Amino acid sequence: MAEHQLILTPNIHRADDFYAELLAAHDGLDKTESEALHARLVLILANHIGDNEVLSQALAAAQPSVPADDDRP
Amino acid sequence: MNKIFEVPLYSYERSEDQDRTTPARHPVVIIGAGPVGLAAAVDLAQQGIRVTVLDDNDKVSLGSRAICFAKRTLEIADRLGIGDALVDKAVQWNLGKVFFSDRKVYEFNLLPEKGHQRPAFVNLQQYYFEDYLVQRVRALQQEGAPIEIRGRNRLTAITNHDDHVTLDIETPEGSYALEADWVLACDGAGSPTRQMMGLDFVGRVFEDNFLIADVIMDAEFPTERWFWFDPPFNPGQSALLHKQPDGVWRIDLQLGWDIDKAKEKLPENVIPRIRAMLGPDIPFELDWVSIYTFQCRRMEKFRHGRVIFAGDAAHQVSPFGARGANSGLQDVDNLCWKLKLVIDGAASEHLLDSYDTERVFGADENILNSSRSTDFITPKSDISRLLRDAVLDLSEQYEFARPLVNSGRLSAPCSYVHSPLTSTDALDGPARSAPGSPCPDVPLEDVFLLPQLGDRFTLLTIDAEAPEHINESGITAQRLSLSCADDTTQALRERYMGAAEGAVYLIRPDQHVAARWPTFDDDLVRAALRRVIGKEHDL
Repeated sequence: MAEHQLILTPNIHRADDFYAELLAAHDGLDKTESEALHARLVLILANHIGDNEVLSQALAAAQPSVPADDDRP
Repeated sequence: MNKIFEVPLYSYERSEDQDRTTPARHPVVIIGAGPVGLAAAVDLAQQGIRVTVLDDNDKVSLGSRAICFAKRTLEIADRLGIGDALVDKAVQWNLGKVFFSDRKVYEFNLLPEKGHQRPAFVNLQQYYFEDYLVQRVRALQQEGAPIEIRGRNRLTAITNHDDHVTLDIETPEGSYALEADWVLACDGAGSPTRQMMGLDFVGRVFEDNFLIADVIMDAEFPTERWFWFDPPFNPGQSALLHKQPDGVWRIDLQLGWDIDKAKEKLPENVIPRIRAMLGPDIPFELDWVSIYTFQCRRMEKFRHGRVIFAGDAAHQVSPFGARGANSGLQDVDNLCWKLKLVIDGAASEHLLDSYDTERVFGADENILNSSRSTDFITPKSDISRLLRDAVLDLSEQYEFARPLVNSGRLSAPCSYVHSPLTSTDALDGPARSAPGSPCPDVPLEDVFLLPQLGDRFTLLTIDAEAPEHINESGITAQRLSLSCADDTTQALRERYMGAAEGAVYLIRPDQHVAARWPTFDDDLVRAALRRVIGKEHDL
């Protein structure tokens, strides 16, 4: 079902704006603070998604060894 | 004034068995008079089985030790006749506060579900729990029950045979030998029985040390559970403050693994730690201090022929979640009715293998939960700490992060859904009372449901017809008839019926559901009864 499927096709309307905002969020932060911000961000986004299946797919998709596109059986 | 744990409660007395030339044979010998061994003794004695408890000591346990007793334990305690004594003495609490570094990040209320006789949790020193069980043993003796505690009787050798066990026992007046049909080893985490039999724990997961202190103070701390992550007074570690009866406060300070235990236990090292925690102006007195070391692991099997292990002797968990003593009581609850049927000849000894299956499953669930808590409390890598701290930071501001905070998932009984004794669910009813589950309590007209169950098989009918008794393969299930028409709180409907119009539940003596159907069917009920005593083998 689509609702339990991680979206891996373009889904952010203004991609460049988002990316700039993501970078800007780290302005003035050192490495440790940036890492903490990322950790908080991951948790906030994960809660927003909420769906355990989608979260598992996202964790798998983020693995360095797994191709981040289709070919899912 | 003598403290309760300084007074001998079962002093050494010479037994006739010590003067015999051939060893006496006992049906059941229990090694260890802790909460688990004593509970098993009471449970069996209440069912008319002769039981002998051996302990190398003659007193209740020193210091508070297990302090959180969960609702399921209180329900089992009701069946053992000590529920009221426990609850009357214990401290009840619902509010918890969580601190991170130097600040409170949030508080929570357990908000226990209404319509249960017993509260979600109470705090009580382990020595009271043991004391009430010893008093219960004395009361049973007054009634003529064949139950005996032999203090300062230390097991020195044990040998398993096909149909019995031989035991060598050391006393202040020398040694003697005993034979037992069955031995329950309830002799704690260091179990001498386990060591003598050359059996070891498997699956070591985690090791840590805790400084555990009982502190007497008059301070106006509220009756709440306070848990600190990485506090200034114990950097990088955790701390817990919890109230017990008699103005005694329990403090747990995590110390880490690589420490000098003897040095940490010295008052000159303990007192400054506690003063830093409580603040400089609060006078307190140290009642008891101990260093507690834990592992998360279990024996591969809990049954070894005629010797059966229960409680910490069989499995050990971290203290987070109060899953030690509470799971030990569930072991007893699971084992005693089966042992009774085997001793009576109503079931074959293979029924006891289901104790192994069911309680190993329970132990694994407890080990999983307490290992997860341990991973949160003591992060093992930089990224694990980063995520943990992120959760705690967010929890201060955002409610969503609070369920991720893990300072212990409080003990709840497991469901035996995959047990060979459990029948397939045949009712479209609530998940919480599906076969395998522990029965949820329900308020009836002027009593509660759970005290009406237990010690026997019950056929609970709700708006359904059934015979008053079913006799099958040497056991009897007695009917308990209820109706949703009397269910003013709707708890019966919500917990046992759901959308169903009628329900028939077969309930085990340990108050777990064995099977359920929408209506009574003689063949199906009989098959489920045979299955629950190990006599029905599915094709």
